[in-house]
Amino acid sequence: MEALTALIVGLLVAASVYLMLARNFMRFLFGLILLSNAANLVIFASGRMTPGSPALVPYGADAPLGEVGNALPQALVLTAIVIGFGLLAFTLALAFETYRRLRTMDSDKMRLAEPKEENQ
Amino acid sequence: MMSWLLVMPIAIPFATAVFAWLARMRPSGRWISLAGSIASLVASVALLLAVLEHGVVAAQMSNWDAPFGITLVADYLGVVMVVITAITGLATAIYALGEIPQRMERLGYHPLFQTLIAGVTGAFLTGDLFNLYVWFEVMLISSFGLLVLGGSREQLDAGIKYVALNLVSTLVFLSGIGLLYGMTGTLNMADLREAVANVENQGLVTVVAMMFMVGFGVKAAVFPLFFWLPASYHTPSFAVSAVFAGLLTKVGVYAMMRMFTLVFVGDVGFTHEILIWVSALTMLVGVIGAAAQSDFRKILSFHIISQIGYMTLGLALYTPLALMGGVFYLVHHIIVKANLFLVSGVANKLAGHTDLNRIGGLYKSSPFLAAMFVIPAFSLAGFPPLSGFWAKYLIVKASIELDNWIIAFVALFVGLLTIFSMTKIWGMAFWKPHPDGIDPTPDRAPDHVRVPMMIPIVGLAAMTIVIGFFPEPFVQFAEIAAGQLLDPSLYVSTVLGVRP
Amino acid sequence: MNSIIFTAGARILVSLLFVFSLFMLLRGHHLPGGGFIGGLIGAVAFIVYSLACGPAEAKVALRVSPEGLAVVGLGIALAAGMVSIFFGDPLFTGQWYWVGGDSYETSLFSINSVLVFDIGVYLVVLGSILSLAYAFEEET
Repeated sequence: MEALTALIVGLLVAASVYLMLARNFMRFLFGLILLSNAANLVIFASGRMTPGSPALVPYGADAPLGEVGNALPQALVLTAIVIGFGLLAFTLALAFETYRRLRTMDSDKMRLAEPKEENQ
Repeated sequence: MMSWLLVMPIAIPFATAVFAWLARMRPSGRWISLAGSIASLVASVALLLAVLEHGVVAAQMSNWDAPFGITLVADYLGVVMVVITAITGLATAIYALGEIPQRMERLGYHPLFQTLIAGVTGAFLTGDLFNLYVWFEVMLISSFGLLVLGGSREQLDAGIKYVALNLVSTLVFLSGIGLLYGMTGTLNMADLREAVANVENQGLVTVVAMMFMVGFGVKAAVFPLFFWLPASYHTPSFAVSAVFAGLLTKVGVYAMMRMFTLVFVGDVGFTHEILIWVSALTMLVGVIGAAAQSDFRKILSFHIISQIGYMTLGLALYTPLALMGGVFYLVHHIIVKANLFLVSGVANKLAGHTDLNRIGGLYKSSPFLAAMFVIPAFSLAGFPPLSGFWAKYLIVKASIELDNWIIAFVALFVGLLTIFSMTKIWGMAFWKPHPDGIDPTPDRAPDHVRVPMMIPIVGLAAMTIVIGFFPEPFVQFAEIAAGQLLDPSLYVSTVLGVRP
Repeated sequence: MNSIIFTAGARILVSLLFVFSLFMLLRGHHLPGGGFIGGLIGAVAFIVYSLACGPAEAKVALRVSPEGLAVVGLGIALAAGMVSIFFGDPLFTGQWYWVGGDSYETSLFSINSVLVFDIGVYLVVLGSILSLAYAFEEET
């Protein structure tokens, strides 16, 4: 199971690098989303993939009964997903606003904040 | 009780942000922000006193024992960073009274600013790796907001680059956290020290260490990873760029110092050797980049990069003297760099631009401002007896002690080029007459704008001078901080042994 | 969206989603649920409503600005965490007062700081997701 997850992570990272090398900022953003998912999957897999039930404590017990999954990476990955969602949504809003104002998504043309290139 | 000392420097800015947001439409919003900054400074100093007494202070949130819960911990390095953050926060809060227009206040300048301070302080105080990631994100999201606040086309362009590259770096950092957890089963930094040493395959640890180095390296803007910084720092308002220049990259340096002294010390010959050459190139590239610029803030932005090289060099050489120099440099640099950006804001107000070709005559009409520029500028370049001299002296001495003559030469050479850039600003902004024939007298900015802008500049310049003339207590402090970094047994035992 | 079926159905759907989101909020801590998931469901309710009746009407229905909701929620959550200062515990330690008993099993209900914290989280999530959703909706 871990091997399969590792393969998926590798695939996601490869796809995201391909997308991030594009000139169009939207493609870059999609690459970022894939990379974020790859990172989340790494955290999730780091808790080991075990067949077990959710880590819930039944009434009257002090600890979960029987085999349960590792709850900590799940909590971490939930936090990471939420934060990632917030940041990516913000970035999307920023990209949208930038497109509205600059009328381009081509990162070669987005150089208002940088010195002019003379030979272009 | 300890727990509250540690919590307050984070909780106060958060609470201030809430109240400042509720009052953002009224003029009282800025006074709430100012009061909050003063309160955080008081809380940080209280924490400093506690650390001076106990050495290391730690607390467990929600009564969950380490290493399971979230730990807040302050050692000498952590607490001095918290205090300096509060000082910078207060200085820029005063400055903002003069600079930030009402339009930006209504968009939420003060709440974002306070959230940024809370995020930076949290990153300095946390003892848990995942929590560090969360604070990084708090810091990032508020800095994104501040960077594009006002929404000029230039700011949006800069914002896109800043956001994109910083997000990549946090994702690398996050994957590193995941892999580290997979190997050790803990994320508490003190607990990690032992857990990492017990990992069978040390090669994997080094791989993860490099992921952390890249992740923090982007934040700290070291050599091959700094491109977002000069593309963005010259676009927001001056108060914002002063706080960014002072604090944000230093969080990356701090995180690097923490992780590469506490956790990743298994293969120093490999990781720290890389860091030495990265630092040398960072210093050189930054200062050469600055020499090619002709905009006040762009020159200063490139100098941030070159100065970061000195700090990481202090870590990379990994001797007591070098780390001591690194810590001293960190503190000195925040004060000086924030001050220079503040000065550039006043120069912009008086002379009308930050492009050095389009301003001038500042020395003749406002000699006081010129004096206030000279102090941090010469301190940055490392002139005795200002604070930068001692910082550079410690670093260079440490590299000579290791017989690393190339590094020592690079450090001195970069200092020389720094003087070149500073004299360039001096010559073009202050010495030569204004090209448009404008006389940039202080009267060009009304009193209620100029006075709040000058107060923090004078205060920070005074701190530079005090550190320069009386370096003894500061150097001693840095020495203890470096000692704690090199031998973190007290840190580890306080974090793991503390019972609420 | 001009579909009479959707508009009519949305009214029922929105109220159901809202009740469900409050149920999730109150169920939290001891059982799966809590402020975060409740806030998400509540935000979905508002988004469905604004798809059916238009963003303008959804804003009227919310009455306050979503950003304000988020900031007030942050304040409530922080205050709930700070309550433990009066009991000598570290930050965010849950404070419980059991009515009619002394534990979860025996008491009728409890007054606690954890629920207040969850309400804060609920508002933060609801507010921030709605402000993002509105930011995109206004442009189209």
